[in-house]
Amino acid sequence: MSAFLEAKDLDAFYGQVQALHGLSLSMERGTITTLLGANGAGKTTTLRAICNMIRTSGTISLNGQRISGRSTERIVEMGVAHVPQGRGTFTTLSVDENLRLGAMTRTDHRGIEDDIEKMFARFPILKKRRSQQAGTLSGGEQQMLAVARALMLRPQLMLLDEPSFGLAPLVVQELFEILGQVNRDDGVSILVVEQNAQLALKIATKAYVIASGRIAMSGAAEEIAQDDEVRKSYLGY
Amino acid sequence: MELLIGQTLSGLANGAIYACIALALVMIYKTIDHLNIAQGEMAMISTFFAWQLMEWGVPYWPAFFLTIFVAFCGGVAIDRVLFRPLAKAPVLTHLAGFVALFMILNSVAGLVWDFTIKPFPYPFGTSPFLGSSLISTHQAAMIGISMVLLFLLYLFFQFTRIGLAMRAAATLPESARLVGIRTGRMVSLGWGMASAIGAVAGMLIAPVVFLEPNMMAGILLYGFAAAVLGGLSSPAGAVAGGLLVGVFENLVGTFVPGVGHEIKLPLALALIIAVLALKPNGLFGRKITQRV
Ligand SMILES: Nc1ncnc2c1ncn2[C@@H]1O[C@H](COP(=O)(O)OP(=O)(O)OP(=O)(O)O)[C@@H](O)[C@H]1O
Ligand SMILES: [Mg+2]
Repeated sequence: MSAFLEAKDLDAFYGQVQALHGLSLSMERGTITTLLGANGAGKTTTLRAICNMIRTSGTISLNGQRISGRSTERIVEMGVAHVPQGRGTFTTLSVDENLRLGAMTRTDHRGIEDDIEKMFARFPILKKRRSQQAGTLSGGEQQMLAVARALMLRPQLMLLDEPSFGLAPLVVQELFEILGQVNRDDGVSILVVEQNAQLALKIATKAYVIASGRIAMSGAAEEIAQDDEVRKSYLGY
Repeated sequence: MELLIGQTLSGLANGAIYACIALALVMIYKTIDHLNIAQGEMAMISTFFAWQLMEWGVPYWPAFFLTIFVAFCGGVAIDRVLFRPLAKAPVLTHLAGFVALFMILNSVAGLVWDFTIKPFPYPFGTSPFLGSSLISTHQAAMIGISMVLLFLLYLFFQFTRIGLAMRAAATLPESARLVGIRTGRMVSLGWGMASAIGAVAGMLIAPVVFLEPNMMAGILLYGFAAAVLGGLSSPAGAVAGGLLVGVFENLVGTFVPGVGHEIKLPLALALIIAVLALKPNGLFGRKITQRV
């Protein structure tokens, strides 16, 4: 039986610069996996490679179906919701429009309206701000919006790039609780890149540590969290 | 008083055309960050196409709508053939592309239809509008048709999914792709729509300025002025800018002694420079409220 998401021997390039060197990873359906590593290690690049947003060689498959070589838009249609580093919020558009954009590949109008109401129930702050320009939301509110926008796709897989970046500790906690819920209740598999390793290792079942575009270490999240050597040399806490 | 109202209304009639051209410019500018200096020539060639159809005996309205459709397809084709391959090219390459497009369209029109001026029919004639001496039926048609068109575009962008997708793709292409929007198609659609809007403007103004390959030169300048006045990235600003420029041009030409027809254009451009000196973002360009 093959893994839910499987990436094999990825090389990725920014122009002439090679950012990933034969990176492989896999994750099981319904799990949370985290990608850790220092600045510039290649975490963002890995997520970009999965969505074909950068020149990549190697193979990537989702549910046994090859997705490498397909266009980003097509990969999104297959249920991969990617919240990029910096959140990718459409700041000049309203909160409501941002949510609708998340559902752009769907055609079930009733379902979309229902899901918007569900998002408002889950993130009450968004309901209050629904016709406000998204750029006027606070950082925490924008991150909630980004997660809600991703959920509007009804994704199988969510890729999150440093969701805790720039948020107050309390907000981070709330956000990670929500991610846990999304994973348990909606059955969404989550691949999350984090600087906040401690926190990410708590909600993840599996972890990869990336260094210089290669996997330096991988294993059960618990074990990685307890490995002093790894903590000191790669995670810095 | 009568004269003031009359001149304001005919200013609005011309302004409506400038507004259409300005809007077409803004649409392209928002999607590819370049000013389409060939916008006027695209409108001109569409207008020639309409004229040719009528020469072949097609009645006005079928020719009008068929031209809009063909102009749309032409705009899409220009994007696919010329500008998509240039998407990542530097600014000067783009400029060369626009100049080339300008020259090609202009020369082709001259070659096929020659440079002598041709009359272009009025859809509703030129009798006084509803018996009033203030404005002619054609001027009323220029205002009416443009406003209907602009209103439909507003509805399209504000209330349809494709309109929303186009706005998203124009502001943040990368994020747009990550929600599954085919941004390349949105750019093509923008080109098609801009070209179609230009075609409408061309067909409405052609009876007034007469049909010839250089008919849009002045109008494009006014359109630029209007777009800049409106802040370049604001569609509503472009429309308001167009109407303002039209009215300003006409009132100054009528009421300021010594300002004849020849000096109207430079005066309108001087206005723009003055406005930009005071408000660099244009009258309606607003800074986006945004937190990081
Ligand atoms: N647009 C780019 N052009 C050239 N090189 C790039 C580009 N983006 C990233 N890189 C390089 O690729 C490598 C990996 O970058 P990446 O953004 O994946 O790191 P990261 O692990 O996400 O870091 P961070 O934690 O700072 O976000 C880095 O050496 C970086 O300098
Ligand atoms: Mg990164």
